Amino acid sequence: MSWAFLRDLLSGVNKYSTGIGRIWIAVVFMFRLLVYVAAAENIWKHEHDEFECNIKQPGCENVCFDHFFPVSHIRLWALQLIMVSTPSLLVVFHVAYRENREKHHNQKLYKNPGKIDGGLLCTYLISLILKTGLEIVFLVLFYKLYNGFKIPRLVKCDIKPCPNIVDCYISKPTEKMIFLYFLVATSCLCIILNLSELSYLIFKYSIKCYLKRHVKKQQ
Amino acid sequence: MDWGALHTILGGVNKHSTSIGKIWLTVLFIFRIMILVVAAERVWGDEQHDFVCNTLQPGCRNVCYDHFFPISHIRLWALQLIFVSTPALLVAMHVAYRRHEKKRQFRKGDQKCEFKDIEEIRKQRFRIEGSLWWTYTSSIFFRLIFEAVFMYAFYFMYDGFRMPRLMKCNAWPCPNTVDCFVSRPTEKTVFTIFMIAVSSICILLNVAELCYLLTKFFLRRSKKAGNSKQQPNHENKEETKQNEMNELISDSCQNTVIGFSS
Repeated sequence: MSWAFLRDLLSGVNKYSTGIGRIWIAVVFMFRLLVYVAAAENIWKHEHDEFECNIKQPGCENVCFDHFFPVSHIRLWALQLIMVSTPSLLVVFHVAYRENREKHHNQKLYKNPGKIDGGLLCTYLISLILKTGLEIVFLVLFYKLYNGFKIPRLVKCDIKPCPNIVDCYISKPTEKMIFLYFLVATSCLCIILNLSELSYLIFKYSIKCYLKRHVKKQQ
Repeated sequence: MDWGALHTILGGVNKHSTSIGKIWLTVLFIFRIMILVVAAERVWGDEQHDFVCNTLQPGCRNVCYDHFFPISHIRLWALQLIFVSTPALLVAMHVAYRRHEKKRQFRKGDQKCEFKDIEEIRKQRFRIEGSLWWTYTSSIFFRLIFEAVFMYAFYFMYDGFRMPRLMKCNAWPCPNTVDCFVSRPTEKTVFTIFMIAVSSICILLNVAELCYLLTKFFLRRSKKAGNSKQQPNHENKEETKQNEMNELISDSCQNTVIGFSS
């Protein structure tokens, strides 16, 4: 089980997405997943070992690290990637349900089970709203947990068993900050893509509905 | 998800590239991505651990390392490779869109389609003309820009392409100017120069491909202009095109009808 699983999952979703949805998948693959695996993971690899405090008191470093990093940036990033990709599964399940229904009744109930209309449209819109919501939740979480998106070089710690206020130094703060900003930028890009897709679908189908009604009235 | 997945994605673009584009892809995968994964990552693997400063002051090493390496070479290269590979996705998406349209035409039983089955559509190689030419050319243009930007960023951040053996650091909390030693400076310099050289080769290939595409475009245009001049009593360009298309359709329709009935 690894990121390849997520990649295969998202490739399956690609079939039932709109054009903007496919761009979203490409952005997630190239600028978030690939950057995470190829670059970001290694920066945070030895963050605990390289976290150094100006004290010899045993336990002080551990306690200070735990206080300043309740959940590591990289773990939050991974969780965000997983959560944000999951709502797309709703669409895949719905299409599978439709195909199953057709098989069960042994007749063609839908013109094309993968076409986004009717119930599948609702599912698709819900998945878009969930994706956007989760992105915003994680961005807010990052902001609240770490007091903004800055990573300081030095933090001052005075939790027991540290005897007094101790200077602790975070490793590679600049590099971590650059990648954090990159994460925020790609998240915002994905939010914009999701919102555009949402408005595009709502606009398209309201026009369709309106035209149908107009034609019926004329008849 | 790793570089192998990128290879799968870009491999699909290979079919629709020019010969220079295929050479560029090969250089990218063999001389940049493979070297990065197999060799360069090992060289930079222990970089902070073996970055040693002549002081026992806790925190001084961390701070000096952060000061001299705001972003590691290896991460910068990984980002460069990702950004440089991304424009090729535009071409892949355009080709996928065209295929999708052709499949839709085929399924509708449109008489304009010239394929016998879906497999042929899937395997078809599109020529680089029309809107695909514009997508392809803009992707090369963006590639060039990204390569140049990253090379400049590299030069700017590290004051050239050499990795010094010794760096003098006096950032707080270092008590005074402290000597810090970089691990494996010569090996890192060699790999840096290698990656820069291959980047330059890729830039040259992209420029050559751009020139080739532009030359082809202008030649095609002048041929068309020449053809229309040779037939002065004719209709305008659109009508000529429409006539050609109608001929093609009637030919292919005959073939398709025969194909279906057999």
